[in-house]
Amino acid sequence: MGYIADTSQFEKLFSYWKEEYEIWAPRRFQGGGRFSDTDAVRYARVDSPSEIEFEEKSAYSWKETVFPPSETLFYFSQNHVEEAEAPAKKRLVFLRSCDLAAVRRMDQIYLKNGDPDYYYARKRDGLAFVLIGCPHTCENGFCVSMGTNASDNYDMSVDVTDGAYYIDCPQEDWSRKLEELGAAPAEHKPSRVTENKVSVRIPDNLTYEVGKSTMWNQYDKRCINCGRCNFVCPTCTCFTMQDMYYDADGKVGERRRVQASCMVDGYTDVAGGASYRKKNGQRMRFKTLHKVLDFRERFGYQMCVGCGRCDDICPEYISFSHIINHLEEGMKEAQADDNSK
Amino acid sequence: MDMNTKELKKNAFRVTKVRGVTSSRVRVPGGLLKAEYLGKIQKIAETYGNGTVNLTARQGFEIPGIPFEKIPEVNQALQEIIDGTGVNQTGKERGEGYPASGTRNVSACVGNRVCPYACYDTTALAQKIEKVIFPNDLHVKVVLTGCPNDCQKVRMGDIGIMGMTEPQFDPDRCVSCGACIKACRSKSVDALTSVRFRPERDSYKCIGCGECINACPDLAWTRSQKKYFRVTLLGRTGKKNPRMGVDFIKWADEDSIIQIIKNTYEYTRHYINPDSPGGKEHIGYIVDRTGTEEFLRWALKDVHLPDIAEVYTPLNWNGVEYAHNKYFGNQRYHENGTIVTDFSK
Repeated sequence: MGYIADTSQFEKLFSYWKEEYEIWAPRRFQGGGRFSDTDAVRYARVDSPSEIEFEEKSAYSWKETVFPPSETLFYFSQNHVEEAEAPAKKRLVFLRSCDLAAVRRMDQIYLKNGDPDYYYARKRDGLAFVLIGCPHTCENGFCVSMGTNASDNYDMSVDVTDGAYYIDCPQEDWSRKLEELGAAPAEHKPSRVTENKVSVRIPDNLTYEVGKSTMWNQYDKRCINCGRCNFVCPTCTCFTMQDMYYDADGKVGERRRVQASCMVDGYTDVAGGASYRKKNGQRMRFKTLHKVLDFRERFGYQMCVGCGRCDDICPEYISFSHIINHLEEGMKEAQADDNSK
Repeated sequence: MDMNTKELKKNAFRVTKVRGVTSSRVRVPGGLLKAEYLGKIQKIAETYGNGTVNLTARQGFEIPGIPFEKIPEVNQALQEIIDGTGVNQTGKERGEGYPASGTRNVSACVGNRVCPYACYDTTALAQKIEKVIFPNDLHVKVVLTGCPNDCQKVRMGDIGIMGMTEPQFDPDRCVSCGACIKACRSKSVDALTSVRFRPERDSYKCIGCGECINACPDLAWTRSQKKYFRVTLLGRTGKKNPRMGVDFIKWADEDSIIQIIKNTYEYTRHYINPDSPGGKEHIGYIVDRTGTEEFLRWALKDVHLPDIAEVYTPLNWNGVEYAHNKYFGNQRYHENGTIVTDFSK
């Protein structure tokens, strides 16, 4: 059902949600940006609709709702282990179409790739989704090319225009609540981006052979392996474990998992001191082919959702969509090289 | 030809090598101006000067080749620029040009309007300070820079203001990538060490440059809401005892700095040598005469520093002493690097 709610009605809906849910959404942190006098927009808990940033794309993705940068799993002492407390409430997350498409990718890895991940599942269970409509494309996104611009598996969608909340609400309890609050019934479908400034084409003949191309070499120097592209990515799921001891005796402490990045030093370190993918170009190749080839081969659909956050944040202006669009040429080069042998 | 050179100089015109010809000195507080004023400067240079413009060391313009008789017209033409750059004209009629030239243009690096390293809006603070201290005949140089890189070379001024931020750490956003530790070690003072997978900041070492914040991929490090500054004192050039400004206060705030600047003017007015050439004396030389303690007694009057602030004690004066050469005139370096003294001199 569709509705138009005013601010006060939406606030009341919010209060109703809060009885059951902890609400996560893109939030503006004034002065919280990397550079002086800049803001940060990232996911965080919100207590009222006014705290939600509806306009600017969040620099960091929805994934922090269920997969924070650092998370304590359990506490241990010599003979005792205590699990870290699960969130007291279910979570409701405001997110855009690209991020909603990313939920499926996250679930794929954490729930359907072998045994379900316990710590992910306990946050994922009962997760509710409110889609934020996209009336216009963002700068670097290419959701249309990736087919992630029209996610419809939401509990509710909302477009905010001049203080009016245009709602589509398949969730029946919430529909009833909206009616009870006096929201005006009106058919509404969330606004969608139908054209991006950026489009990509992943070549049909893409194989790992493209790794032989020289296209990766430029990133040896251009990339600074900071990992921002991975940390902001709504589909990057890698983590590493840390056993953190509180004391020098090494008997009492906690086990954490923290987000890991295939671009950052240490990712391919193995016992004995070896490290694979030392060059940043090799890491870029690995990341790219995981996003647009390897995942698809395993699960039958593309991993990258085209949100463009990796482009937005790269301090060295390395564009992932630009890389994707060079794969075709890279394949030709790699195959020509093969033929000449 | 009759010309009161004292009045001429006070009006921001120079006595040049060529008799009867002057140059006009245009101040640009904070070093930022609307591009339209470049056109107006060009017009003055082409109408009254010799068609050239000098970019000065302190971010002003100097328009050379102006005949004395054109000064009133140049002052008329300067009015729009004076208005547009927000320069005070207290005590002067409009159209009569700059009312003083002793206190030098408050210069500033490009600051946080542009530069990712800058810790504050240098232009805005420079303009604010200009309003407080100008017009004034005392020869004072206030210099602002956005961060401890000190691109604006604040240590060459009487009052140097260097931006700082107090890094704030959110452990829940840290992924132990080590970028902050590497950045601090390679580009700054090595104030971070890894303790139990997390960076630990040595606040004694930290100079508040913000490298850790810029390096952090996950916003675990962010900037303090409050802006802080390092204040350096009494840098000077010249023919006696050039000296880099020395550290005075670390983690000062804006209000304290403005009060310190006002106090420094009070002190200078009180102690300046009335016979100093051209009424100009670097404050540093006055402090050499009165002693540092007396200067600090004036400078810190009614200053309420934030709790975090550290005042350097004692101040470590340094510098090159040209005049000392005469005592060492009988010494030279031998080819093998040792110093040879010629006792016959």
